Amino acid sequence: MPLVVEKIENGTVIDHIPAGLGLKVLEILKIDRTYGARVALMMNVPSKKIGKKDIVKVEGKQLDEKAVNRIALVAPNATLNIIRKANVVEKKVVQLPKELLGVSKCPNPQCITNLEPIVTIFRMENSKSSKYRCGFCEMAFEANELLL
Amino acid sequence: MEFVKDLISIRDLEKKHIDLILKKSFEMEQALKENKKLSSLGGKVVATLFFEPSTRTRLSFQSAAMRLGAKVLSFENVGASSIVKGETFSDTIRMVDGYSDLIVVRHANEGSARYAAQLADHPVINGGDGGNQHPTQTLLDLYTIKRAKKRIEGLNVTLLGDLKHARTMRSLMHGLGMYGANITLIAPKGLEMSREVIEEVKDRFGAKVEEKSKMEFSGASVLYLCRIQKERFSDQYEAEKVQKEFRITADTIKGVKDDLIIMHPLPKVDEVAPEVDQSKYAYYYEQARMGIPVRMAIMDSMVV
Repeated sequence: MPLVVEKIENGTVIDHIPAGLGLKVLEILKIDRTYGARVALMMNVPSKKIGKKDIVKVEGKQLDEKAVNRIALVAPNATLNIIRKANVVEKKVVQLPKELLGVSKCPNPQCITNLEPIVTIFRMENSKSSKYRCGFCEMAFEANELLL
Repeated sequence: MEFVKDLISIRDLEKKHIDLILKKSFEMEQALKENKKLSSLGGKVVATLFFEPSTRTRLSFQSAAMRLGAKVLSFENVGASSIVKGETFSDTIRMVDGYSDLIVVRHANEGSARYAAQLADHPVINGGDGGNQHPTQTLLDLYTIKRAKKRIEGLNVTLLGDLKHARTMRSLMHGLGMYGANITLIAPKGLEMSREVIEEVKDRFGAKVEEKSKMEFSGASVLYLCRIQKERFSDQYEAEKVQKEFRITADTIKGVKDDLIIMHPLPKVDEVAPEVDQSKYAYYYEQARMGIPVRMAIMDSMVV
């Protein structure tokens, strides 16, 4: 029997999150028990596209570019549905950005960015791969390796 | 032609930048031979901030700056500076930027030179940032090869030793790849060059890279060695064994090309037998001497 979740009035639905990473998306959105509005997290929902997926519905949340970029790191094929008055007014697929400015910490513990208050910068190696190179220590990492 | 504002990484350089340094290094070497008095940095102050120990790099930078007419500011060791009081790296850089016209920095943390360049108004030269980059060493290595062999393109260059941890080797791979050398890598098991570096050099420059596990370099024109870092081994017996197996002795260089040159960034410990130092192949002392003209050429090319 399909799981029925109440519609949201205004907010964002994030679909096609790889199964198990919905909680990480909530963490990125800084949603915890203190968040007052309605939030739904559906885990392990069958998906034709990716087998199993997670879905997050958040009432009253607009995502800024930084949040979208962070979501792209853990869920590079996620879809964002912007909801207004219970209708989808915009639908977009997140994309790994060419540059990540202040989005992620550097996984290299020896990188100076982990010792001084520095805005990190990671640049995508090339369009074929999902690797990013730290603009400081010059080490390359897979998108999902970047700590959030 | 303009050089870069800051010299942080070999990755930031295009071939035209390196060509400029190679050409100017030759001119500097000639000027030194002729005892010419140079003054392009006259009235300027160069700060050498070495947060980590260094002999060759620090002294050659200081000597090169003085030979261009600059005065040198330096702390001999971190213990004698405000860093022991807990001063941050960024504060030290900001302060020294106010005292000098060019900063040379070596620091244990990767990316520190890039950060220093962000903070300072004056040009910054990376004298080594952790395991990441040592661009002036690469430039002097390329100059040494070009000077000895008249070319880099198509030359068979073998890199031997702990290729995993040596920053010199990583930067050099990049430079050799850019100039179209044929690169052969020989490393003990577990200390091989990172796959990522090999793929990058192949992708960016179409470089030919061959990997070997045996000490075989009969076709090499340049043999570039680096130290096996014994401290990286948990088993010291194993470290000794590897060190012996990869040591350069009179026997291991039998059958090499007559004009082979053996290079080493120094300091060397026991990876080269003393009899090799006396051989016609040993080129590392000559290489170390090149630190002066090359670093003179670099500082002379920067807008100070």
